[in-house]
Amino acid sequence: MERRADVSILEMTAVELGRKIKSREVSVVQATKAALEQIKALEPAVHAYVTVDEEGALKKAEEIQKKIDAGELTGPLAGVPVAIKDNMCTEGMLTTCSSKILYNFVPAYTAEAVRNLEKAGAVILGKTNMDEFAMGSTTETSAFGVTRNPWNPDHVPGGSSGGSCAAVAANECFYALGSDTGGSIRQPSSFCGVTGIKPTYGTVSRYGLIAYGSSLDQIGPIAKDVTDCAAVLETIASYDKKDSTSIPREDCDFTSALVDDVKGMKIGIPRDYFGEGLDKEVKDAILAAAKVLEEKGAIVEEFDLSLVEYAIPAYYVIASAEASSNLSRFDGVKYGLRAKEYEGLHDMYKKSRSEGFGPEVKRRIMLGAFVLSSGYYDAYYLKALRTKALIKKAFDKAFETYDLILGPASPSTAPRLGESLSDPLKMYLGDIYTISVNLAGLPGMTVPCGLDSRGLPIGMQLIGDCFQEKKIIRAGYAFERSRKYQGPAIAADPKAAAAQAQRGALCGNAREWEAAAAAADKRPADVGAGKEVRS
Amino acid sequence: MSKQYETVIGLEVHVELATKTKIFCGCSTEFGGAPNTHTCPVCTGMPGSLPVLNKQVVEYALAVGLATNCGINQYCKFDRKNYFYPDNPQNYQISQLYLPICHDGWVEIETSAGTKKVGIHEIHMEEDAGKLIHDEWEDCSLVDYNRSGVPLIEIVSEPDMRSADEVIAYLEKLRLIIQYLGASDCKLQEGSMRADVNLSVRELGAPQMGTRTEMKNLNSFKAIARAIEGERKRQIELIEEGKKVIQETRRWDDNKENSHAMRSKEDAQDYRYFPDPDLTPVVISDEWIQAVRDRQPELRTEKLARYQKEFSIPLYDAEILTGSKHMADVFEATVALCGRPKEVSNWLMVEAMRLLKEKEQEPDDMAFSPENLAKLIGLVEQGAVTRTVAKTVFEEIFANNVDPEQYVEEKGLKAVSDEGALRRTIEEIVAANPQSVEDYHNGKVKAMGFLVGQTMRAMKGKADPAAVNKIVKELLTGGAN
Repeated sequence: MERRADVSILEMTAVELGRKIKSREVSVVQATKAALEQIKALEPAVHAYVTVDEEGALKKAEEIQKKIDAGELTGPLAGVPVAIKDNMCTEGMLTTCSSKILYNFVPAYTAEAVRNLEKAGAVILGKTNMDEFAMGSTTETSAFGVTRNPWNPDHVPGGSSGGSCAAVAANECFYALGSDTGGSIRQPSSFCGVTGIKPTYGTVSRYGLIAYGSSLDQIGPIAKDVTDCAAVLETIASYDKKDSTSIPREDCDFTSALVDDVKGMKIGIPRDYFGEGLDKEVKDAILAAAKVLEEKGAIVEEFDLSLVEYAIPAYYVIASAEASSNLSRFDGVKYGLRAKEYEGLHDMYKKSRSEGFGPEVKRRIMLGAFVLSSGYYDAYYLKALRTKALIKKAFDKAFETYDLILGPASPSTAPRLGESLSDPLKMYLGDIYTISVNLAGLPGMTVPCGLDSRGLPIGMQLIGDCFQEKKIIRAGYAFERSRKYQGPAIAADPKAAAAQAQRGALCGNAREWEAAAAAADKRPADVGAGKEVRS
Repeated sequence: MSKQYETVIGLEVHVELATKTKIFCGCSTEFGGAPNTHTCPVCTGMPGSLPVLNKQVVEYALAVGLATNCGINQYCKFDRKNYFYPDNPQNYQISQLYLPICHDGWVEIETSAGTKKVGIHEIHMEEDAGKLIHDEWEDCSLVDYNRSGVPLIEIVSEPDMRSADEVIAYLEKLRLIIQYLGASDCKLQEGSMRADVNLSVRELGAPQMGTRTEMKNLNSFKAIARAIEGERKRQIELIEEGKKVIQETRRWDDNKENSHAMRSKEDAQDYRYFPDPDLTPVVISDEWIQAVRDRQPELRTEKLARYQKEFSIPLYDAEILTGSKHMADVFEATVALCGRPKEVSNWLMVEAMRLLKEKEQEPDDMAFSPENLAKLIGLVEQGAVTRTVAKTVFEEIFANNVDPEQYVEEKGLKAVSDEGALRRTIEEIVAANPQSVEDYHNGKVKAMGFLVGQTMRAMKGKADPAAVNKIVKELLTGGAN
């Protein structure tokens, strides 16, 4: 039997599918099966997922169909299958952060944002690949193998939410959740030609999101268009008492901003974003997009944002400092990987962490421990905090004049596999347009705005003031009206995918890694090696 | 010892707060419970879990700070103290370093040397760790996170104390303040109050401080006193021998009455403190501070004055009654029931204190209910039991919290008030002891005491001694007086 997914369903956006499910034109099981078939067909070429829960998804699909039939679930996303980045806890489902150290970690609870989706009737297909602990910009630092860009398998999907963005682009889900600490939603969205929002810090609960840089992390939606993103954000945003940094908001009706009207909207283009290092094709595409908005009635001006070059060092100091502490809990004592042979406690810690963490994570833990160590705290950590405050001030000043800031999401389109890892400093510099948004706690969105001459997507970034998601949604929606959503060829053509799959050596998912590792006797085969503490 | 030395002591006191739930999650703080049953993703440091501050912890810390004359940091923060140890599930402890909630306070202490002020450097809030159990038999370690996340305050004194007496007086003072505030039960033995002693010695009059050591594992006031004496001697001996005191942490062994070094300053860890990004700063308004002030219950000094004035209780007695919050509570509750403060005070001061001493217990350990003491006092007042019987009944109340009315009834301990029955018993005793009667008549007054004693024994203490005296005398003198 030909394994061919139902392309007509797969091409729908999440909201379109939700509507068809509501009108009983498509059943939840049908949509789930279509996505699972697509996953089967495309995963060998893309490897967007770390874990696929076929059985659970189908069971859930039936349950949700019943609830929809009973009139218990009426929301726009009821029955729509979703993929979750693997750093969000899902009760009973492997949650690895794409790290060996959590290869066997099954959480006892579900992240609040995911719970919000579940309440709205989401069907979770599985967990998506990412840079290990969200540290990276290419999804190459995953311990379970790279994810390939669906537009071109020789290129990375970006990161760290590369699995989520690739899954959306490849129609392996209808929408996905990502997390963004320094651009981890916006940059891969740009590389994969999809839309993604990083909301204002505090809008979506971080409870259950395995922390990288706690003061910067935010969960956000990744989807085919702005409408989907607005609908998903509306669903996942909530005030959560379990997260002290959660902010009560009355204005989370984001879909109300889906209006094709930007007349009189003041949009600023920071000159600092268009200097050295920006790819010419990206630059042209972004300025053309700005032109589209201008033609629709927006007032577009250039201005000087300032301090842009300080964002990267400040970010890497703050995020690494927090990470060095956040990741100390992964020690082989309670769950996750424990080294097989060790002598005493100290040695167990050392070996488990040495074996469990990859090089990029180790680099950032060391950097973070260094900047927090006595004698260096003031010179690095405090200085970075001060820089962060100044960057926020610069944005505050800009938003006195402008409704929005428009610029690129990344200096270039997706690099080739292996290109970035060889030069981490260069990779860090690639985050220049996204990082300051996290430092200032602002909302930002990437909207696709064209392809480069190699056929790789280019994304435009829209940045709003705190709590001004509606403005970026409005502008993004208006821009999107000017063009049709375009996905990569393989999304609609599994045969092309099969051909692509043969081009590269492929890595399996976490379970396969686990099996391979056990077979190679690289670690204790009994999963209970680290005694789990459950409440 | 030719030279004269001065001992300089500062204390770090950890107090477990009496909140119902933990500092950053909703788990119970109750003692006991099977291992890892009072836990959740937050207090076991599960990935993705986040702390949320228990407001009551701030209230208690504020109350203690205000009662110890501290300044309040109205903008205070929590910091992470990073170190690896399995009793600490996240491998960092949430504590306060940069902006602790209270600072620069003092308490006044009283010793035989007079009164003095001991400065409080700061008070900060933090979480307790779990408990490691080393199973020697199985050669493994187990961890119980029931205590993980139990709220603590750490009270750091200035190096203002000069003797063990002063240290004990300071600890007693803190204990009473905190107990009266209801912020903790402050039991050293159970670990709800723990003190680490920082001690150095210097030649009397020397301008600079000597090198200090920190002593841990002190579980009673007596152990603290012994440890101070031991460490003082050890340091002086080192100096006299021309050796140096090393700055280090030492562990006191109260059985061996000596200490050994745990770690020196050289291997002191760098805790890489930084503000916890998962918690927002605590902003304490003037109104909040005022509200905590307004709610402050009567503290010991006020109680002491009131007992003397309102109940006419002498200072010495009032000091003992208020020397434990629990004792004062029992006193007041009993007085409220029976309205006889002096009588209640006597029972507690004499009988209760005697029994506590016999059983080597603290006033906090008294477990009987004020109702039963009040009932007993009522029985004595009505003449339903004699004082002698009442004392034995009190022992039962003290030990088993029996209902005295029921107990007296069951055991048939009611005082014999029927003079006819009493007279018959005495007549029998007088008749049975002609020798004593004769002795009495021959001028041996003591003989009467013998007869009274015999009567009391026969009546099993239930007879009123005054009545017995009267009747015996009547019978001996033939009623012709």
